[in-house]
Amino acid sequence: MSEQEYLKDISEIKSLMNRSSRFISLSGLSGIFAGVYAIIGAAVAYFFLLPKGDFVVLHSWNFKMLLGLLLLVAVLSVVTAFLLTTRKAKQNKVPIWDTTTKRLLLNFIVPLLTGGIYILIKLNSQHYGLTASLMLIFYGLALVNASKYTIGNIKYLGYVEIVAGLICAALPGYGFWFWIFGFGVMHIIYGSIMCMQEKKQ
Amino acid sequence: MGIIDNINKVFDHRIRLGIMSILVVNEDADFNRLKELLDVTDGNLASHLKALEQAEYILVQKQFIGRKPNTRYSATTLGNNEFKKHINALEKLIKK
Repeated sequence: MSEQEYLKDISEIKSLMNRSSRFISLSGLSGIFAGVYAIIGAAVAYFFLLPKGDFVVLHSWNFKMLLGLLLLVAVLSVVTAFLLTTRKAKQNKVPIWDTTTKRLLLNFIVPLLTGGIYILIKLNSQHYGLTASLMLIFYGLALVNASKYTIGNIKYLGYVEIVAGLICAALPGYGFWFWIFGFGVMHIIYGSIMCMQEKKQ
Repeated sequence: MGIIDNINKVFDHRIRLGIMSILVVNEDADFNRLKELLDVTDGNLASHLKALEQAEYILVQKQFIGRKPNTRYSATTLGNNEFKKHINALEKLIKK
C-alpha cells in the first residue's frame, strides 16, 4: 500500500470511531432557546410569584405555580431541543435514534433524575434553601457525564454549572440569581458559541 | 528495527480496520450496526468478522431478541493491543 492509502485509512478510522461512539447533531440554537425560556420563566416568577422580602411558603398557591412554571420551562426546552436536533440530523442525513443516542440520553438522565428526586425529597422536608444550587450541580454533572458521547464542548458548560452551583451553595439568599445565570445566561452564551461553530463548518 | 515490523497482516484490509476501530471505542456492536456504519454487504462483513474471530481479536456472542437471532461483537484485550500497535506502526510509517 502507498503512503496515500495509509493516510486515507487513518482518516477513515478516525471518522468511524467518532461516528460510532459520539452523537454529532446537538443543535446550538436549542441552547439559546432554553436560555430564553429560563429567563422569561424567572422574570414571570420574580414579578408575579415571589413575595417581596418574604419567604415562599410550601403548599402555598405561589409555590405550586412556581413548580408549574419550572416544569413548563423544562418541557419547552426539551421539546425545542428535540425538534431542532431532529431537523439538524435530517439535514446531515444521520440517524437520530441509534445506539449512540440511547447511550447519550441514559447517561444524561441518570444524574438528572437522581438530582430531581433528591430535590423533591428535600422540598418535602421544608429544606428549600439549596434548591437552586442542587439543580445547577446535578444538571452540571448530567452534562459532564453525557459529554463523553457528544462532539463539542458541552462538558465545559457542565463544569461552569457545577462551579456556579457550588458558589451558590456558599452564598445563601442569591439562589434565584445563580439560577438565572446558570440556566439562562450560560445556555444563551453556550448556544451562541455552538451556532457560530456550526456556521463555520 | 524495520519500519514495517508492527504492521499487522490481519488488519491489512480496510473493512477489518474499520470493524476494529468501531469495537475499540464501543463496548460492543451488533451485526446490523457494523453493516450500517461500514456500508458493506452481509457476506463481505461476515467473512472479515470470521477472520478477526479466528485471530481471537474479537469476541462473538450469539443471542436471541424475541425470535430474531442477534450477534454481538466486542474487541478482546488482545485485539485492542494489536490494534493500537498497528495504528502506531502506521503512524511511524507515515512520519518517515
